[in-house]
Amino acid sequence: MATLSMGKPQMMRRPLLGWTIHDGLVVARRNLIQTVRIPEMLFFSLVQPVIFVLLFAYVFGGAIPIPGDAGADAYRNYLMPGIFGQTVAFAAAASTVGLAEDMHKGIIDRFRALPMSPPAVLVGRTLADAVRQILVLAVLSITGFIVGWRISNGLLPAIGAYALLLLFAYTVAWIGSWIGLHMPNPETANTAGLAWLFPLTFLSNAFVPISSMPTWLQAFAAYNPVSTVVLASRELFGNPTGIQPDYWPLQHASLYTLISCAVLIAIFATLAVRKYTRTTSR
Amino acid sequence: MTRDLAVHAEGLVRTFGDVRALDGIDLTVERGQVVGLLGPNGAGKTTTVRILSTLLAPTAGRATVAGFDVVKQADEVRRSIGLTGQYAAIDEYLTGRENLRMFGGLYHLSPKYVKERSEELLDWFDLSDAADRPAKTYSGGMRRRLDLAASLVAQPSILFLDEPTTGLDPRSRLGLWDVINNLVAQGTTVLLTTQYLEEADQLAQDIVVIDQGRVIAHGTSEELKDQIGGDRIEIHVTDSSRIDDAVRAVRSVSTGEPLVEDSRVSAPVTGGSTVLVAAIRALDADGIEVSDLVLRRPTLDDVFMSLTGHAAEEATTATPPKKGRRGRGSK
Ligand SMILES: Nc1ncnc2c1ncn2[C@@H]1O[C@H](COP(=O)(O)OP(=O)(O)OP(=O)(O)O)[C@@H](O)[C@H]1O
Ligand SMILES: [Mg+2]
Repeated sequence: MATLSMGKPQMMRRPLLGWTIHDGLVVARRNLIQTVRIPEMLFFSLVQPVIFVLLFAYVFGGAIPIPGDAGADAYRNYLMPGIFGQTVAFAAAASTVGLAEDMHKGIIDRFRALPMSPPAVLVGRTLADAVRQILVLAVLSITGFIVGWRISNGLLPAIGAYALLLLFAYTVAWIGSWIGLHMPNPETANTAGLAWLFPLTFLSNAFVPISSMPTWLQAFAAYNPVSTVVLASRELFGNPTGIQPDYWPLQHASLYTLISCAVLIAIFATLAVRKYTRTTSR
Repeated sequence: MTRDLAVHAEGLVRTFGDVRALDGIDLTVERGQVVGLLGPNGAGKTTTVRILSTLLAPTAGRATVAGFDVVKQADEVRRSIGLTGQYAAIDEYLTGRENLRMFGGLYHLSPKYVKERSEELLDWFDLSDAADRPAKTYSGGMRRRLDLAASLVAQPSILFLDEPTTGLDPRSRLGLWDVINNLVAQGTTVLLTTQYLEEADQLAQDIVVIDQGRVIAHGTSEELKDQIGGDRIEIHVTDSSRIDDAVRAVRSVSTGEPLVEDSRVSAPVTGGSTVLVAAIRALDADGIEVSDLVLRRPTLDDVFMSLTGHAAEEATTATPPKKGRRGRGSK
């Protein structure tokens, strides 16, 4: 057996933030390679929202009136940003399950024994999960286009809408990561990762106008960032928005979305990084 | 003074709720030395390694690795060590090469160095042909090798190996022993854990036997063997219901208390082959049939038996199974 070179290779020096970005990108790349290597998973993660589009557009669509817009395609145009919002919200579940699996398989242990930047595993995870949503949004947009959805407010606002949706995906990925770090095993993560997302996305304006809800629910739905990111997208895409009840977040949908994303990232990134550095993964 | 020591641990205690996984472990490993941490399931081997590799904080006690405190200078420790955990910790969907490059990048080594080093390791571990296949497709032995390769990317001077050969077939095990011996010959300090007495005997100069979170013996394999006396006689009775009679017969020729395991009785003796004759007479007088009767040097098994009062294997079944809590990379 030939001898292996043994010495002390020079480790590079850089400020901590530089390393967090560098290591975060290394981990994000790894997570994205996984996506490519399991095309089945990506395929099925796309199938569900596509089915939702078809279901709502053709089955429920006729039964849900959009106040203030009587056009024939009103519901489909109203629906698409809702589906976008719901779908990117579910990015959080991928983060939860992904982290739980990494802990379960012990690779997190190896990461934690490396001199890498502690937040990097989480930065990479959330980044990759958000980036994956670009493809998801593209497929959904094409599906929407086929069933009659149109962007009618120009390109720049549309790009703004997609950017907001991706920011929201990145935000929920942090929440999902924080949950994932608490999971005892991937099976639990599968369930817990989804449980909170159903009420969160359905208690919003994603599928039905808020004005059709009982008053006490309206308040919750109005402050739910899912509602505001969906409403902001509708405005930016030039889709029907329905008539909005009198709540500040709904009157400043884009601004409220930006603020709530910033606050949520600050809170959950802090909690998740703290949990990560303390966690004694099993 | 701890500067020259690769590992120095004093009174390590770690509790998990009511479980006292470590109950005051003292351990020193000099630079360039190979120390084997030997113990049955649940002895605290993994817990010790996890504390030394900064993955777990001790409840009490302190430890330095490469002269750095594992709690207060975790980052410096991490820069000095390589860790191969009990379960292969590689990314299944990445290829062997991608795995090595990823870990190299996370050690903050230059991309050029990481590239060259990855090729060198793939070659050395005989993984070049499989380098572009996802690790998912690797056999258990290949995974283990990739796992070990990953911990060598940064050429660590201190290596922790937690049960490196568990689950490998005899050939892969020998191959891995070769690799470890090679690393040691080049000056790497190794702390390895094992449940295999033979493995500790083969690889380690110094053996630390632990049981229930405590060090119960310490020394070279020769010293440990001497500790329980010279040669041993060992008989297997054909009819295990006569085991008590067999023990009585063996006791009449032995210098110490016989140990019983299934249909086997063993005991320390002095006097070479003359005791064999005496033993046969004693057994024959009682009409006890034996299927096997030998005189041999003590093995570490005997050491373990006489130190703990139970065989290493026995303890294995006595502890509730923890294996498989983390599937070894199965999906
Ligand atoms: N995270 C944990 N939570 C609770 N108990 C734990 C934890 N980790 C270890 N233990 C307990 O601590 C004791 C020592 O465990 P450890 O894993 O160190 O043993 P080991 O010698 O490595 O055993 P094995 O040969 O099975 O790997 C065991 O009783 C185990 O159940
Ligand atoms: Mg163990």
